Amino acid sequence: MESELRDDNERGAPAGDIRTMTLEAYADTIVPGQKRFADDRAIAGVSTGGGAVQAGALELLQWDATGIHEGLDDLVRLVNEHALAYATERRLAPDPTVPPFVALDYPDRAALIQRLTTPGHPEKEFWVLLSLFCNMAFDSAAHLNTAQAMEDGHPGLEAMGLSMPDADGLWRFKDYSYGREFARLHPDTTSTGSPA
Amino acid sequence: MSTTAERTDVLVIGSGFGGAIAAYHLAAGGADVTVLERGPWLESKEFEHDYKLGSSYTRAFDFTVGDGMSILGGNCVGGGSVVYFAAMPRAPRFVFDRQGSIGRRMWPQAVSRETLDPWYDRVEESLSVTRQDWNDVSYAGGLWAAACNHAGRTANPLAVAIDNTKCVNCNWMMAGCRFEAKQSLLVNYLPAAIAHGARIRPLHEVQHLSRTPDGSYRVHYNVVHDDDYRLQAGSGVIEAKIVVMAAGAGATPVILQRSEAHLGTMPRAVGRYFSGNGERLNTAIIDEAKAAELFGLDRGDGLAYAANQIGKGPTVASWDRLDGSLPEYSRYSLEQLYFPPGLGTILAQVPGATGPSWFGKEKKEILKQWTSWLTIFTMIEDDNEGVFGPPPATGNAHRISQQMLGRGNLRYDPTKNTLGAWAASDAEVKEILEKDGLAKVMPWTNDLVGAYTVHPLSSCRMGDDPHTSALDDSNELRDHPGIFVTDGSSVPGALTVNPAMTIAALAERAMPGIVRAAQSRGISVTYGAPAPDGSTSGRERVLPLLPSARG
Repeated sequence: MESELRDDNERGAPAGDIRTMTLEAYADTIVPGQKRFADDRAIAGVSTGGGAVQAGALELLQWDATGIHEGLDDLVRLVNEHALAYATERRLAPDPTVPPFVALDYPDRAALIQRLTTPGHPEKEFWVLLSLFCNMAFDSAAHLNTAQAMEDGHPGLEAMGLSMPDADGLWRFKDYSYGREFARLHPDTTSTGSPA
Repeated sequence: MSTTAERTDVLVIGSGFGGAIAAYHLAAGGADVTVLERGPWLESKEFEHDYKLGSSYTRAFDFTVGDGMSILGGNCVGGGSVVYFAAMPRAPRFVFDRQGSIGRRMWPQAVSRETLDPWYDRVEESLSVTRQDWNDVSYAGGLWAAACNHAGRTANPLAVAIDNTKCVNCNWMMAGCRFEAKQSLLVNYLPAAIAHGARIRPLHEVQHLSRTPDGSYRVHYNVVHDDDYRLQAGSGVIEAKIVVMAAGAGATPVILQRSEAHLGTMPRAVGRYFSGNGERLNTAIIDEAKAAELFGLDRGDGLAYAANQIGKGPTVASWDRLDGSLPEYSRYSLEQLYFPPGLGTILAQVPGATGPSWFGKEKKEILKQWTSWLTIFTMIEDDNEGVFGPPPATGNAHRISQQMLGRGNLRYDPTKNTLGAWAASDAEVKEILEKDGLAKVMPWTNDLVGAYTVHPLSSCRMGDDPHTSALDDSNELRDHPGIFVTDGSSVPGALTVNPAMTIAALAERAMPGIVRAAQSRGISVTYGAPAPDGSTSGRERVLPLLPSARG
């Protein structure tokens, strides 16, 4: 698929761009963000603020620590094949100037990922793994030191509302309890606080 | 690899509860003890608050994806105790009479709540387990208690192994406690074992056992690379008269399966009857205004709750369903919990989603409300459905990432009993938290990585029936004298509460018998060490039960 696209002058996108655009489109489907520029094709633009792409999904996916980095070319090829089949099935006419997955609208990208990650799909494990890392780029910035990511305004950690750590990069909460007796204890509680 | 194997009296595989307790008692009693731990040895100052791959969080923690069940567990010196949340309830009395899938009592006749209580006492003393009061309860625990009360339920602050004078409520317990507030094994049994001469070797992953002509065992290990666990840095063999297996319920049966070619047939129950402790999670998204209105919650800064990030794991549980008069599979506890981002967010589902429930546009919107999430942990009675397939090439998983993530061979297909209990507990969590509009609730999806457990159990369990148990009531592996199993795999079934206390108590209970077995193999060792800090009241309670144990 990739070489097919690369060789087709009409399609124009070099292999590196196909890979980047496809992975960005996948990551943006998992945690969507706003377009980075007016004709941003990879990002569907269905959400405001940063999504997985802005959070650094590609950086995380391409890091050898994940173990998924070596399979990315195959995943790009496969998801584009699945996207072509999906488009054919739905009688869509995908824009040939971008990779087939990128050519899908957001609802179709999401529907395709749902299909690929449904129990019973033979490739489910790989798509779950890819989705997991896309998600982690946003909600835990697993490619960055957390305190530094907070300092730099990482879009995911910021959106989730994590508080800033102390100057030494550690979190401490002086206030943590309402200090109120909210409920009756279970009548069969032992003196050491266990169920009888 | 040297052709002459090293020798030790007792070889302990794993340094979590089952391994550390064994190492301490046997070393304190005079035996030469070597502990092989496949994970790294991290000190308190190395425990970071960092989600980056390669931090202490991913070095010390393992996530093994199976077919229908994923296991989360410790992978470091101290094992599960380093990454656990230190909730230490005793198992309720009815648990010991469970029949589960076999139609008769699963536990050995010799083990009941009454007979285990003295051993629970020992653990309570050794780990400084204390009953929390309402001032110790986190905002999340307080909110859960208020919701339970509002819905006509009781709620209890949990007994925990945490020194509250040191705890800063950072909620980073799963990455190891930087402040030594959590009473992990790194601050009690393990240093005491070392003081008595035990040697601990980190990054040593046991692959299989073989037997020597004189009935001792040879333990074959690989050395694991200290940063990239996918790589091996050597291998070796140690010979021991006694082997204590405590690699965890996700690994002990795999080592034994791989050993079958060398040791002969394994008991049928090795690698069967795995239980995920019936675990299940629900995420509630709290309506902050309702929390203020219904319960008068006020953190003092205008916020009612918004405190998901703050605390020390679970602090409050509701035990109304822990009622021995109820039928099996309808009893469970509901416990407030914290789960960190990453593992704790991807499986959470959008309540009332119109599109995908675990990813996408609507999921992002609930992530923006993350501080208002409240996580409820359910522990039901499952059906011991898990079965391990053939072992992978090394270890218990094919490692995908440099640390943390691997693919194992556990298959778990939940039965109607398990599914029914999960559905009933989900419905109750929903009823409690959605009452009067307090929250919107959804269970985590099982579609991505199957069910999941942070408390794997029972894959090499004890019992009286050789057909359905791998160990006798002294934790000795049937037909393989001198091999004992003392980790969570020995527990016969789901406990309806956090199991660390019970795993530790069973390990304590097994020690006098292991000492006797060691003595019979010519090892100079006695039983009777005090608690690791020298306290003696726990010991005084159990010694009269063991008139011949002091050698």
